Amino acid sequence: MTPRSPSSAPERTPAAAAAPTAPPKVPPVLSVRDVRIGDRAGHREVVHGVSFGLTPGKAVGVVGESGSGKTLTCRAVLGILPRHFEITGGSVEIAGTDITTLTPSRWTELRGATISAVFQDPASYLNPSIRVGAQIAEVLRVKTGLKRRQARHRAVELLRAVRLRDPALVYGQYPHELSGGMLQRVLIATAVAAGPRVLIADEATTALDVTVQAEILDLLDELREESGLALVVVSHDLAVVAQICDEVLVMRQGEVVEQGPAHEVLHHPRHPYTRLLVAEHEQYGLDRFLDPTEASS
Amino acid sequence: MTTGLPQDVTTARPEDVTTGPRQDVTSGRPRDVTSRPSEARTAARPAAPRPALEVTGLDVHYGRGRGRRRALAGVSLSVAPGETVGVIGETGSGKSTLARTVLGLVRPSAGSVRVGGEDVTRYGNRRWRALRRRGVVQYVFQDPLRSLDPDLTIEDSLIEPLLIQGRGRAEATARARSLLDRVRLHDDLLERMPSELSGGQRQRIAVARALMTGPELVLLDEPVSALDSANRVQVLEILKELGAAGTALVLISHDLGSVAGTADRIAVLHHGALVETGAARDVVNRPAHPYTRLLVGSAPTLRTASADRARREALRALLNT
Repeated sequence: MTPRSPSSAPERTPAAAAAPTAPPKVPPVLSVRDVRIGDRAGHREVVHGVSFGLTPGKAVGVVGESGSGKTLTCRAVLGILPRHFEITGGSVEIAGTDITTLTPSRWTELRGATISAVFQDPASYLNPSIRVGAQIAEVLRVKTGLKRRQARHRAVELLRAVRLRDPALVYGQYPHELSGGMLQRVLIATAVAAGPRVLIADEATTALDVTVQAEILDLLDELREESGLALVVVSHDLAVVAQICDEVLVMRQGEVVEQGPAHEVLHHPRHPYTRLLVAEHEQYGLDRFLDPTEASS
Repeated sequence: MTTGLPQDVTTARPEDVTTGPRQDVTSGRPRDVTSRPSEARTAARPAAPRPALEVTGLDVHYGRGRGRRRALAGVSLSVAPGETVGVIGETGSGKSTLARTVLGLVRPSAGSVRVGGEDVTRYGNRRWRALRRRGVVQYVFQDPLRSLDPDLTIEDSLIEPLLIQGRGRAEATARARSLLDRVRLHDDLLERMPSELSGGQRQRIAVARALMTGPELVLLDEPVSALDSANRVQVLEILKELGAAGTALVLISHDLGSVAGTADRIAVLHHGALVETGAARDVVNRPAHPYTRLLVGSAPTLRTASADRARREALRALLNT
């Protein structure tokens, strides 16, 4: 654990988050305080205290290798922890509501409408035998109570908003007719259909080509700028998170080993594990070859 | 036969070398036959080393009739012995088709493929089988489990290519041990099954297996994409050493970052055509084609995004017109 001085970003430490005294008094849309997750079967703690706060239009990144607890943390926030796992300590508040007070039906209301998520393999979240537009329209009808025709109209609008070139055509297509990047756009359109305030993107660009990954990250960045959507970007790739996030958490074996503003963590990594991630990237990423003036010209 | 003789002999497959001169003995020109080809060989070698792979004007089509699609269009690429060339392309760029064509799994509709100086373009199944048995060209999959038989021990997997060639078990095992050392694995692993190894260990075993026959050319399709960063670094490190040791490598990948540090040259495939080929450093730092510029500008880097959103939007618009 390498704590950074709480003065530079008050919402970063649990104590500061409990007493929100940051100058711009925007209430957080998501507040995670010292969340611990236990494995009931193995009687052991697998996530040892994660804290972060998210105000509208902000993005926080969670980096770590597989098994670091980043996905479990997300699932805890979404109330979809796998069996055997449970939150054993700390608290999660979504738009001011403590999730421990939520009944299953309140959870269903909250998911999609307030907090939403996209994951790595978009195809597995769509029904292969239903046209993609109809699947978005269904979400709209259930979540926002739109009538059939309005829902159809709004679904096309959403497909346009996620920069699909021919939204009306895509509306009538089946998942197998679309590429991975297009499917992820459809999933993002579905995820933001009910106007959530927080979107969790868990390895959402991992399976995509670089240029498509950049398109999706650009899209998320745009949604955040234009609609104030708050983002939790989870990735094993430090650079993906660096591209889009204000704050970064580095997790390893269930522990947050480093946390702070993105540029701080990237340029002055303190924990040996973060240093290792940065060093590996510098050794084999593009950075070593890129002359910054060339690249930005 | 008499006029085309020197050329035929220099490029002939070993089995043809024995039949070629015999025919010429009957035509009454034994002296020329023995002297001219050897002169040609000694003269050609020091000047320009024969490429390990030479692909010229390759066109590949899939399907027929109205469903006929062009997968590769006029692709030309040459890889010298000991050179590592990275072929960069995204989904649908044709990079796997290129690999499959070089391996004789797909027939090109135009152009030629020469492997180790041998024109393999019109080879049938029988000649390909013979070529594979000799192990001149080898292939490493992205998923190492596909390169390794799950029911064989690591030792049996490694020595199999040599046993097929009729070499002795002791010799094969000795070579397996020395190659394990080269891929930095302990020879304890010889008795294990592939399922007992980690992804990184398996991929290094797959690389060692590809090297067993002493190939001139190894094609690696996304060799590190399925590995975590520590294993990725280690496998790339090993590949670099192989290149330095004289094996020609073709690294096929969608990831410019993993190839930039390993390849001498980079070739960029986009929609089935090579849009840019050059020294790795130049392609990354001074990309000329808009697609390469977008590719470089999309790669996440730690400093900042290597290009800003607006610049990427502009390149995307340019490519879509």
